[in-house]
Amino acid sequence: MAQVQQQEAQRWSAGVIPYAQMGYYAPDYAPAGTDLLAAFRITPQPGVPPEEAGAAVAGESSTATWTVVWTDRLTAYDHYQAKCYRVEEVPGREGEYLAYIAYDIDLFEEGSIPNLTSSIIGNVFGFKALKALRLEDMRIPLHYTKTFQGPPHGIVMEREYLNKYGRPLLGATTKPKLGLSARNYGRVVYEALRGGLDFTKDDENINSQPFMRWRDRFLFTMEAVNRAAERTGEIKGHYLNVTAATMEDMYERADFAASLGSVIVMVDLTVGYTALHSMARWARCNGVLLHLHRAGHSTYTRQKAHGVSFRVLAKWCRLIGVDHIHAGTVVGKLEGDPASVRGYYDTLREARVPASPGNGIYFDQDWGSMPGTMPVASGGIHAGQMHQLLHYLGEDVVLQFGGGTIGHPLGIAAGATANRVATEAMIKARNEGRDFLTEGADILRDAARRCQPLQVALDTWGEVAFNYEPTDTPDAVVTPTA
Amino acid sequence: MRITQGTFSYLPDLTDGEISAQLGYALGRGWAVAVEFTDDPHPRNVLWEMWGLPMFGLADPEGAMQEVLACRAQYPGHYVRVSAYDASLGRQTTALSFIAGRPAAEPGFRLDRQETTDRRLRYSLHPYAADRPREERYAENSEQNGTQGG
Repeated sequence: MAQVQQQEAQRWSAGVIPYAQMGYYAPDYAPAGTDLLAAFRITPQPGVPPEEAGAAVAGESSTATWTVVWTDRLTAYDHYQAKCYRVEEVPGREGEYLAYIAYDIDLFEEGSIPNLTSSIIGNVFGFKALKALRLEDMRIPLHYTKTFQGPPHGIVMEREYLNKYGRPLLGATTKPKLGLSARNYGRVVYEALRGGLDFTKDDENINSQPFMRWRDRFLFTMEAVNRAAERTGEIKGHYLNVTAATMEDMYERADFAASLGSVIVMVDLTVGYTALHSMARWARCNGVLLHLHRAGHSTYTRQKAHGVSFRVLAKWCRLIGVDHIHAGTVVGKLEGDPASVRGYYDTLREARVPASPGNGIYFDQDWGSMPGTMPVASGGIHAGQMHQLLHYLGEDVVLQFGGGTIGHPLGIAAGATANRVATEAMIKARNEGRDFLTEGADILRDAARRCQPLQVALDTWGEVAFNYEPTDTPDAVVTPTA
Repeated sequence: MRITQGTFSYLPDLTDGEISAQLGYALGRGWAVAVEFTDDPHPRNVLWEMWGLPMFGLADPEGAMQEVLACRAQYPGHYVRVSAYDASLGRQTTALSFIAGRPAAEPGFRLDRQETTDRRLRYSLHPYAADRPREERYAENSEQNGTQGG
């Protein structure tokens, strides 16, 4: 008894004591079903024990400051303290540890990713006692998930809205990224859509520059979208990028897009979480799909030891509510090994995602009835990879062939047709029970016999591949590079 | 023109054997197959006429194929589509939908533009077939009867 009293007295005496002794390290703690759980990869400075580093992360991302404060005693502090309940070494990565931390649900405002992120990735990433810190994954309890709007429409509603089923949707980003006049821009959109794509897209940095103001682009683009619908009898869309400096500007542009009958608008991740929440609400109110371009994410998602994994960002974006998000291609020009990308796609699309260390998923995640977000694969993909794309990415995905459409030697519409024919041929072969991954090249060659644009696409890009060692991979498996 | 709605419209029209293979795939996944037809192919006309009820509980693709053939025989000048429905929790939507019969001549659409203020246009897609009374929209009994597959 006396000893307990003495410990208690030490805990509250003024000065600096280790975080672990302040209650932020709790190896016996059994996380509650309502707790929010986080897995951090920590690299402590030399001499800092991993348990203390884990406790420090728990402390700094919840109630603690650097010294003891008596005002903690005005609160039920042990309720609000985050608890580091497990620390383990990362196999094969010396000096790195995984710290599992539980946060009580009361620490967070309902339905607010800005609030959640200000806590979890607020000050703590600059903490001096750590050389590096990375948020690997997060378990969002269903109780908290239910406080978020989620995707304005989701995969099921998007398909019913577009009247397109049973195959990946196809898109292309208008190129060149910068410099086209609005009229020329409309030409590119029209050719790509009439050729067979479902969507075309503004690039992330197309907003309202001197060479093309947003209002002119919207008008010419919608002419192109409607002309393509007339030529095909299909619903077509163009992601009109409404990214701007203020919410007032974004609402003005989005309202104008809706008034022209656009089925979809887009924003860039650079607008910030609050603006994303606002646009998610706008999109649901107005019946317009919301596409998110993850511009800027690689500045903090790519490095293995420091930053935030994309799988966490994907979770936040599904909670906030976007209908589309770029999530990797596996075979294209941008970062993403097959296992990690599988983890991202599951996180975005599935209702329940079991922990799967091989795919970088640390926790079971139950999304309840929240709709899925459609992943978008964009960057350096072409028709000759269709079997691999279908194998790795599945059916509920938007495949975006920018260069692979617009760079086609026979023209943009031919490029679009090549992509569409390749997609339909591969789906048909899969449904017929063929081993489409192994026989992919044959399936495409057969389809190309009756489709010259596809033949030309295969002749032009058939051998193009981007085989580089990925930077960010799960630790549990050997990473394939081809 | 050729209306390119549905999963396989950029491929040559599916043969009966190929349609049957797709039916087999859908039934094998536990999806209910439905046959529908229409004389109004506007892309936002989702309510095609039902050729009977969706075939819940059916396992044999041949049974479904007979319904496709029967529908096509009765409405040779209409669009006929096969849809497969996935009733599983979280999906509860169409999983596959493709055209399995189309009129020999497809008149297509007219794009109407209504000029409004500030250079804005209001667009409207108008199927030419819808200009005629329902029973005269496609030449069901003429030489131009649409056939597909075989």
